[in-house]
Amino acid sequence: MLDTANQVCLVIGASHAGVNFAFNLRKEGWLGEVILFDSDPNIPYHRPPLSKSYIIDGDLNSNLLKPLESYKKDNITLKLGVKVSSINRNNRTISIENKGTQKYDKLVIATGARPFIPPISGIDSAANLFPMRTANDAIEIKKAIDSSEKKRVIIIGGGYIGLETAASLKKTGASVTVLEREERILARVTAPVMSDYFMELHQQNDVQILTNNNVSFIKTENGLNTIFCDNETSFEADIVIVGVGIRVNTELADTAGLEIEQGIKVNEFSQTNDENIYAIGDCTFHYNPHYKRYLRLESVQNAVDQSKVAAASICDKQLVYDTIPWFWSDQYDVKLQMVGLSNGYNDVIVRKEETVNTSFSVWYFKDDALLAVDAINNGKAFVLGTRFIKGKQKINKTKLVDVSIPMKPTTFL
Amino acid sequence: MAKITFITADNESITVEGTSGSVMELAVNNNIKGIDGDCGGVCSCATCHVHVEPEFVAKTGQAEELENDMLEFDDLTNEYSRLSCQLQVSEDLDGVVFKVAK
Repeated sequence: MLDTANQVCLVIGASHAGVNFAFNLRKEGWLGEVILFDSDPNIPYHRPPLSKSYIIDGDLNSNLLKPLESYKKDNITLKLGVKVSSINRNNRTISIENKGTQKYDKLVIATGARPFIPPISGIDSAANLFPMRTANDAIEIKKAIDSSEKKRVIIIGGGYIGLETAASLKKTGASVTVLEREERILARVTAPVMSDYFMELHQQNDVQILTNNNVSFIKTENGLNTIFCDNETSFEADIVIVGVGIRVNTELADTAGLEIEQGIKVNEFSQTNDENIYAIGDCTFHYNPHYKRYLRLESVQNAVDQSKVAAASICDKQLVYDTIPWFWSDQYDVKLQMVGLSNGYNDVIVRKEETVNTSFSVWYFKDDALLAVDAINNGKAFVLGTRFIKGKQKINKTKLVDVSIPMKPTTFL
Repeated sequence: MAKITFITADNESITVEGTSGSVMELAVNNNIKGIDGDCGGVCSCATCHVHVEPEFVAKTGQAEELENDMLEFDDLTNEYSRLSCQLQVSEDLDGVVFKVAK
């Protein structure tokens, strides 16, 4: 049995990955200290609801990853609102801004990512301009909406964050326009059929989505923003939300000399090139055995699964990372569930169920291999897709597209 | 106030008290093994799967379509399966026993 009683495990970053890791480490039997650090002062919370329900109901307490008592019960120390300034591998310490140093035996980096603010002229002086990543962002957006008379919102970026925020803000009575640079929304992550569906869904809900609209500069006078696009259109906005992607927080790891490649490079145990340092969650560049390549993911699933693998490894149990990525998005009353990674697909099958409410699924193939499934109000397709991808099941595409054949584990073989 | 009992896969029986929120949240807040609730309770991940002990089925009611869809092809599903994120804690659930599926 590993003697951990006198050891210290530090975790930098207390969101989905870091918090789940701390509790998993206790479950695996770690007896020593566990200390979580985060510059975010809020008690760790679920991030996905921020752009979905949270900007509408605004109750952070119903949104916590764990209640404070759970941390006490598992003897996990939370140090919130503090910034870790460096990792010193030679003497195994971290430096904390204005608070000295702290020794570690094992260190876990779960620093995640931050919103990318594109270098658009005038963006720094725009009024009521926000990203959407933290509880504070959501609180500030809600405040700005509540105190705005006209509530004209421009969202820059038609990805999931932008679209979810658009749907939520519409419910608060705002008038919402999404500006997308590409010729379709969700261009990077889905097939055109999905882009078309979401485009129509938003239009039906009175949210305007304008593609091929690349913002070139923002002019702000007396708190009113005017957004100018390359194509010479312009829009007035009381509130601007930026959702154009993220930058990975790799600086601490990079400065400490850890291997970086798109993210912090880790092995199948979520371990970096320093055997005492692990990295988990959005900040990692990790190997996915199913897709046989290194990748970086922005997802709760990856954060949670890597937290399990790292906790097991630190407690000398060998659990290997081997999962199929999955994601979800809620917009209006539509539930989208996605499993797998569609990159590199060359064939798409759309299966539309004959139901009263819209329910369909999009199956991405590379030749005969199923890569990914997007399921719209269709939990069955999500679950079956997961099973097929995991089992590398060969699927009869003619049967799959035929909705007279019910969706069952064996009917598409 | 409701007293709710969870029986984990290693046959540990844990009784906890709750007043609001979902049964999944109650389990997560009490570190019940096998209930993760990764999606935060929006019926998207099926990591909060429980089997209602048969005598309490009348108290928990029936699952809705999406929940059933998520459960139908799960190897651990039986006729008493529910996703605990879809069950609200209230006095109606006082005394109910759930077996954690995983």
